[in-house]
Amino acid sequence: MFLLSNIFSDPERMNQLVSIAQTSLYPMIEGAIKYTIPLTLITFVLGLILAVLTALARLSSIKIFQIIARVYVSIIRGTPLLVQLFIIFYGLPNLGLTINPFISAIIGFSLNVGAYASEIIRAAILSIPKGQWEAGYSIGMTYTQALKRIILPQAARVSIPPLSNTFISLLKDTSLASLILVTELFRKAQEIAAKNYEFLLLYMEAAALYWILCTILSFIQGSLEDRLNRYVAK
Amino acid sequence: MINIKNLHKSFGDLEVLRGIDLEVEQGKVIVLIGPSGSGKTTFLRCLNLLEVPTDGTIEIDEIVMDFKKPVKKKSITSFRSLTGMVFQSYNLFPHKTAVENVMEGPIIVKNIAKHQAKETAAALLTKVGLGDKVDFYPFQLSGGQQQRVGIARALAMEPKVMLFDEPTSALDPELVGDVLRVMKDLAKEEGMTMIVVTHEMRFAREVADEVIFMDEGIIMERGTPEQIFTNPKEERTRKFLNMIQ
Repeated sequence: MFLLSNIFSDPERMNQLVSIAQTSLYPMIEGAIKYTIPLTLITFVLGLILAVLTALARLSSIKIFQIIARVYVSIIRGTPLLVQLFIIFYGLPNLGLTINPFISAIIGFSLNVGAYASEIIRAAILSIPKGQWEAGYSIGMTYTQALKRIILPQAARVSIPPLSNTFISLLKDTSLASLILVTELFRKAQEIAAKNYEFLLLYMEAAALYWILCTILSFIQGSLEDRLNRYVAK
Repeated sequence: MINIKNLHKSFGDLEVLRGIDLEVEQGKVIVLIGPSGSGKTTFLRCLNLLEVPTDGTIEIDEIVMDFKKPVKKKSITSFRSLTGMVFQSYNLFPHKTAVENVMEGPIIVKNIAKHQAKETAAALLTKVGLGDKVDFYPFQLSGGQQQRVGIARALAMEPKVMLFDEPTSALDPELVGDVLRVMKDLAKEEGMTMIVVTHEMRFAREVADEVIFMDEGIIMERGTPEQIFTNPKEERTRKFLNMIQ
């Protein structure tokens, strides 16, 4: 309290802080637009594709597909995300495989989303009544047609709330990419703070930006749910 | 039209169908009755291969499936297109409107142009008395209306045979009539070949050419509705009819 009142009672210090906050805002937003947001979006799309494939492999009657899917999910869920990112970015060069920071981050995060979301999608597919498959088959559909036209659209509705959680976590987790040299939002904050030592101010500012982004996402989630719920009795 | 020989179906150790032989001529309506667990639903599901029989042959419209040999997925799908199925619990696609439910098969499976499929679908819905409900989602329709959409959806694929699996069992009594009327029209006016699992005895009397009593996985007795309902030969048939009437 004493420290805070100190800041507010010193107009010169106040002005200095406001000016630092303002000048650092631009590079941080730039980091968000150039890296945080693209990383989140690209990763989420790739992760979802991977998740659907993994879920289908788990549900497949072919044993080897089931095993591969299980092992993949188990490894990704059983090891820390940061360690996975370090293996990809700092570890793989030992095998002569050097991948740039942004691509490394995309690979790491996609693998992660794929594993976590696959369980969500698997549960959603299983929640659709068997009669829906049979109705699809009975009008001549193949497995793939029934899956695409009948099952997945209904599973999508069920999985929106848990997938939104994954999406929001992903957005926040992209801050870990700062540790493999991706100059995203948080790394910008770190770089600026390293010069002027205003750690509290800059990290609070970064936190505020993440919070704004997540709030926007929550709104999008809400309207998406409304849209997909149009065919459900209220 | 339909020729079934020595049809068997087992689930693990449980033998549900124990050798069924049946011939159905074009345009005939067969009503299947029998106690629960008698295998009548399984029999119907075997006809469109939602269950693949373990032995025997089914011939529909001169296409023969032999279940002694393993069957290919592709031939299952094409054989299935000979029959249309109406389910006890309707199984409409909840994320599609009535007309979308009906046009889905023609568009996706038969590659028919969307506007054309929509026209045909709307006409079919009118025929089942739902011309004013084309854009309704299933949850906005009563059970009887949903079931009639189900019938239109099956008809849209132009099947040779229509299979009905207890189509009115899940309905409130006052809604049964509309569905039965549609089925009756289909039989009398269109001359559709139909196999119907039902306990609606009035429907059987008025529409069926033949009534088949199934029990314990075999056909116990068959005959005209008149024969079966007024003068059944088998003791089991008599007992069953006494129980439901």
